[in-house]
Amino acid sequence: MNQFAVIVSRLSESFLLNARLFASTLIFSIPLGLLIAFGSMSRFRPLRSLVRIIVWMVRGTPLMLQLMIIFYGPGLLKMSFTWPGGASGRFLAATVAFVINYACYFSEIFRGGIESIPKGQYEAGLVLGMTKRQIFFKVTLLQVIKRILPPTGNEVITLVKDTSLARIIANKEIIMMAGEYSSKGLIWPLFATGIYFLVFVGVLTLLFDWFEKKLNYFPA
Amino acid sequence: MAILEVKNIGKSFGNLQVLKDINFSMEKGESIAIIGSSGSGKTTLLRCLNFLEMPDKGSIVVNGQVIFDALDPRTQVDSEMRRKRLHFGLIFQNFNLFPQYTVLRNVSLAAELLCSERPNYKEKKKTILEEIQERAKTLLSQVGLTDKLDCYPHQISGGQQQRVAIARALALEPDILCFDEPTSALDPELTGEVLKVIKNLADQDTSMIIVTHEMDFARDVADRVIFMDEGMIIEQGTPEEVFGRPGEDRTRQFLARYKSL
Repeated sequence: MNQFAVIVSRLSESFLLNARLFASTLIFSIPLGLLIAFGSMSRFRPLRSLVRIIVWMVRGTPLMLQLMIIFYGPGLLKMSFTWPGGASGRFLAATVAFVINYACYFSEIFRGGIESIPKGQYEAGLVLGMTKRQIFFKVTLLQVIKRILPPTGNEVITLVKDTSLARIIANKEIIMMAGEYSSKGLIWPLFATGIYFLVFVGVLTLLFDWFEKKLNYFPA
Repeated sequence: MAILEVKNIGKSFGNLQVLKDINFSMEKGESIAIIGSSGSGKTTLLRCLNFLEMPDKGSIVVNGQVIFDALDPRTQVDSEMRRKRLHFGLIFQNFNLFPQYTVLRNVSLAAELLCSERPNYKEKKKTILEEIQERAKTLLSQVGLTDKLDCYPHQISGGQQQRVAIARALALEPDILCFDEPTSALDPELTGEVLKVIKNLADQDTSMIIVTHEMDFARDVADRVIFMDEGMIIEQGTPEEVFGRPGEDRTRQFLARYKSL
């Protein structure tokens, strides 16, 4: 069988792990990030301080370290909780680490976006008899989304590339796969992985551009 | 019976006493202009009436019903403040329209959200929503914006935006309409169209409190003028009294500064 085809299919298969990690991280870290953002803006000071300390610790340490602590920590600390065995357990641990890490980054973007909306918008909602929930969903949310779209796009693109860090806890992602070939002296698969990332990021860039244009009908 | 009685309202921010013992009442259909220099507490007074700030002292009575009393926590229940705000409408200096909605939706949105709390909402949803749309359109034609229904706020002039804001406040049929320097953010050539709309409302006996720096307008439109300085009401009376023969030195000084401009 053609060696080229075999390698491409194995690279594609392993890139699927990157894509799955990317998708599950996004799905869970965005809502969690919103919760953390509200926590960091809470009027209840102990909660606000606690949340901000957690965000500082998560953003202040390498994701690679967090992956190792989350995956090996329970075993090393002899906790009753352990990750399921095999590939699925390693993937789950990676997802948890990524979700926590990215939720913290997103929370700061969300907080900045929410706080940047002029107070007058909120007050206009209040004098019109809206509830706080209605003001958030009907008045501020779309304005916040418009403002946070560019920094969120940045973060999402970084996430695509960060997924290869999952190899540190033996998730067989695309660069790990290509590395096996390069250690046997075959170098092109390693270069080829770049193409996968470029295409993926290219599609996301187009998607964010489209969304930004969609929201161009009103000024920020 | 007075539509509004403001009794002994006081408000401080930290050590700064912004309002000191404010007392006045207004009759239904009356329009009151509040004048005074910047920092005299005019805006804070309006914000207290709309509960954007909570007064530290005093009480607010609307149609004989005490809606706020600083001494009575039962009148300050958080969940009830929202409904109480609806006694008042507030037009902001810088409009605060919602940029992502059309002119029409800016006017209808709050009413649409509120109507879901009506008991017969589920059966009559369609009729109710149609009524709200129609009413929003009527109000927008009243302020002369029939041809701007589908525009977004950034596509129209400041004067037009402020007229939308007036229609938006009217949509909820408040007992008392409050204006916080409604023309201060506008170019001089755009103030006229907004003042005309407010004048029309006064002629229709809308109960209004207007904080303004437009002395000629206050004289023209108000039934009563209140002059405030350093958080206190110094003088009040008909426009003829306050502008023509002010009884207090401070009023005279303030008005003299305006005339010399």
